[in-house]
Amino acid sequence: MTRPVRKALALVSGGLDSMLAVRVIQEQGIHVEGINFFTGFCVEGHTHAIRNRDRNRRKRNNALWVAEQLGIRLHIEDVVEEYKEVLLYPRHGYGAHLNPCLDCKVFMVRKALEWIRGHGFDFIVTGEVIGQRPMSQRKDTLPVVARESGAGDLLLRPLCAQNLPPTLPEREGWVDRSALYDFSGRTRKPQMALARRFGIEDYAQPAGGCCFLTDAQYAVKLADLWRHRPSRDYGLDDILLLKVGRHIRPAPHFKVIVARDEGEGRYLGGYRRQLPLLETLSCPGPTALVDGDPDPADLELAARIVARYGKGRDLAQVEIGLGHPQGGERRLRVAPLRPHEIPADWLL
Amino acid sequence: MTDFTLDARRLLCPLPVIRVQDRVAGLSPGDRLEVVCSDPGALNDIPAWCRMSGHRVLDLRDEGDECRILIEVGAAR
Ligand code: SF4
Repeated sequence: MTRPVRKALALVSGGLDSMLAVRVIQEQGIHVEGINFFTGFCVEGHTHAIRNRDRNRRKRNNALWVAEQLGIRLHIEDVVEEYKEVLLYPRHGYGAHLNPCLDCKVFMVRKALEWIRGHGFDFIVTGEVIGQRPMSQRKDTLPVVARESGAGDLLLRPLCAQNLPPTLPEREGWVDRSALYDFSGRTRKPQMALARRFGIEDYAQPAGGCCFLTDAQYAVKLADLWRHRPSRDYGLDDILLLKVGRHIRPAPHFKVIVARDEGEGRYLGGYRRQLPLLETLSCPGPTALVDGDPDPADLELAARIVARYGKGRDLAQVEIGLGHPQGGERRLRVAPLRPHEIPADWLL
Repeated sequence: MTDFTLDARRLLCPLPVIRVQDRVAGLSPGDRLEVVCSDPGALNDIPAWCRMSGHRVLDLRDEGDECRILIEVGAAR
């Protein structure tokens, strides 16, 4: 009698660790598919896609690319709405910036558990390594992820499994524990050696984390958004716009988002039906959006800020087009602000 | 066989792939879906997703500010 092929679902981020975890499990004859969660904060593609659309150097989605290298299917889930609860009310708090890593991992493993139950898969695989990350991958927090997600011993971490109690797939003999690994700590050397063994040469370099919430600059802009709104709730457009342009807040009730290149200008232009749009008309210069509740004097100040970042910054006057979301455009002739007229604390 | 269209303009990676994936889940083998996108990353990502998911890309056009990808839904889903 042939034994049934066991099926595992792997959390695939696009980085090396999840790639290795999948390969280790594939080597044991397990059918593996991948899942990747889109929270809206993923570093993937966005800024690259927006800025300087260089069609000769197309940006790839790392998770998709990794899945293709591994020969597995990848399921990408849009969790933008559900993720708000995780980010706004993390039970375990934030990391160095606004990254709720431990709650985030619990959430993702819980979603993976729902998925395997709905699709007849047997267990979950992640590329986590004890001690690799300060918040979510410590010896005392790995069990928290398993417990709070409800996955318990259906959660297998092949790269550090030998440092953890045996999971169900190991106890049942679906996978051979002795062929799993005992990596620990922040060093990347064991992963790199394993990558060489598997012949994996091209992979995304591990950075501070897999999303913008670990980015200090991004966290400042998100905290600013929360401070100046009646509630901390946010929409996908809010968090995408935080990745684009220079954000300048001259007053609590409005801010100006100034494009840094043509690609960003085109992207901001897509919001012309939602927010007032400023475009430099009389000379080359950036496009900008005004977010908040600006009055006419604020819009004029915003136009002067935009003029400061254009080619006409040294001219006495520059013409700026002001488009209203409801339709209609006005032309403003404004004096560009001088650099010293933009206080440092306006720049987010 | 039925022809469908999906407007994924102004969506950034990986949302066009997610929208395609969710739409294809409700289609039948042989159906064709034309996707219109403005993120050039979709020119890589959607065909990659199709290859790994058993669908065929019949046509791929980069029209400057927009790209069009014609997909034939495969059997294995
Ligand atoms: S870096 Fe971002 S995506 Fe990764 S675990 Fe932390 S909060 Fe989640």
